[in-house]
Amino acid sequence: MSPLEITGLVKRFGEGAEAREVVRGLDLSLAPGECFALLGPNGAGKTTTLRCALGLTAATAGSIRLCGLPVPERARDARARVGVVPQLDSLDPDFTCAENLLVFAGYFGLHEREVRPRIPELLAFAGLEGKENARIQSLSGGMKRRLTLARALVNRPELLILDEPTTGLDPQARHLIWERLRRLTAEGTTILLTTHFMDEAERLANRLAIMDAGRILAQGSPREVIAAHIEPQVVEIFGEWQGEGAAAWAAAHAHALCQRCEVSGETAFCYTTDAAPLLAHLAHQPGLRSLHRPANLEDVFLKLTGRDLRD
Amino acid sequence: MTSVTDHFAPPRLSLRLLAVWRRNFLVWRKLALPSIVGNLADPVIYMLGLGYGLGMLVPEVEGVSYIAFLAGGTLAYSTMNAATFEALYSGFSRMHTQKTWEAIMNAPVSLDDIVAAELLWAASKACLAGIAILAVIAAFGFAASPLALAAIPVIFLTGLCFAALGLIMTALAPSYDFFMYYFTLVITPMTLLSGVFFPQGQLPDAVRTVAECLPLSHAVALVRPLLLGELPPQAGLHLAVLAGIAVAAFWLALGLTRRRLLK
Repeated sequence: MSPLEITGLVKRFGEGAEAREVVRGLDLSLAPGECFALLGPNGAGKTTTLRCALGLTAATAGSIRLCGLPVPERARDARARVGVVPQLDSLDPDFTCAENLLVFAGYFGLHEREVRPRIPELLAFAGLEGKENARIQSLSGGMKRRLTLARALVNRPELLILDEPTTGLDPQARHLIWERLRRLTAEGTTILLTTHFMDEAERLANRLAIMDAGRILAQGSPREVIAAHIEPQVVEIFGEWQGEGAAAWAAAHAHALCQRCEVSGETAFCYTTDAAPLLAHLAHQPGLRSLHRPANLEDVFLKLTGRDLRD
Repeated sequence: MTSVTDHFAPPRLSLRLLAVWRRNFLVWRKLALPSIVGNLADPVIYMLGLGYGLGMLVPEVEGVSYIAFLAGGTLAYSTMNAATFEALYSGFSRMHTQKTWEAIMNAPVSLDDIVAAELLWAASKACLAGIAILAVIAAFGFAASPLALAAIPVIFLTGLCFAALGLIMTALAPSYDFFMYYFTLVITPMTLLSGVFFPQGQLPDAVRTVAECLPLSHAVALVRPLLLGELPPQAGLHLAVLAGIAVAAFWLALGLTRRRLLK
């Protein structure tokens, strides 16, 4: 059974001339035990897709099965088997860490008797050993996010959904969260996460989908997606060329030396299967500087979703 | 998918709402004493100040001392205030500022359960405050009859009625500032027109006809005789009006909240 199966999902807000289609025919099927990342710029429809999947907003069209149950008809029963780490902090500031977990478990119908013995273990998992009686206001942003992760595990979920779990965290906190998520997948929990950090997706996800404007543009393992959508090598070129910038150089030479070249500001990104001729050429251009690297997910992402700012 | 899109469909409740009620109770328990004192101080000071001060100038109102007259009104309007404050400010904090409802909705609890739990909780808290005020009133000897105990279910119902009305405002509020309008345009005039401080017979006929329809008037009409040891005339009508407003206002509040949060 797929922990989450979405077919033909459409979500429209508003009506008539005001209508905005935020999700436009999205298909998604998670395999049990995998970590799946949904990548997309702001406003791509990631959070809306998650809200539909949890039955928190009605889909305009399409069908959703969460933990095998139809949504929204049986969304409540399905949510009993799912853990959610929302994008914004929603911990209860009036309670301590332990009380946050106990009270939240109550929403699942779990009794304090069953949950209290598990609290040290849940807090330890989140790297919050001994913080049972700590007040929420005394926690850092990273600690709050980790406590939210522990809270999402009180019901031992089959599927864990995380909406931008590491946005706003420092590198130490991000690495700790990644390590814990890996441990959860190793234990058999299926994970669905949204992110706009490519390295996060590349590190964690068995499979990922890049979405923009409500549609999935590419889907597969990180390697498959890179191989399918982009040349394997990238040379980033910047600096001075004949009194002008890299853009002028690109206009004159790029087409002959690489398969594809994108200019963004004063940097030229040259994509190619063989960088040797290009690097040889650059060796004779003293004003230009360059960085040669393998193509990554971010290159695919920028190719598919464009370089324009989203906000 | 009608269950979600049809915002004004009948409520679908489950016992999970008790877990949400309990969450609010546990928070209250941490600060129970200051909370009770907060709910108690203002109405008791008004009652004693006006009752004894103004009472010196007023020989009798409707056959009893002014302070005995004021006691029933005080109990009713302070219940209204406690329920309203909880549904407005605390409810809005949980819905909007703290995102408590959002977190709960990720668990197997529906928004219907959450709003119903807020209604029950605000009424419970108002009832707890009301019981404390009733105890003070009794201590001063203005609730001598055992019938005064019958005021407790009435103040719970009054709490439900005003909590439901308050939740409508919460569902519509863009920010805390919005609640000022509700207090100055609804709650304060209602307090002055519902026979809390003086008998409604003093009002001009046209105003009186409208004033008698206000929910607080019905609460006062029930609570005051009970504190004086009398059975309230037309009790069934007053109870039915309070219950009817509670049900209708809850329904509307739920529909508006669904429209706000389930989009």
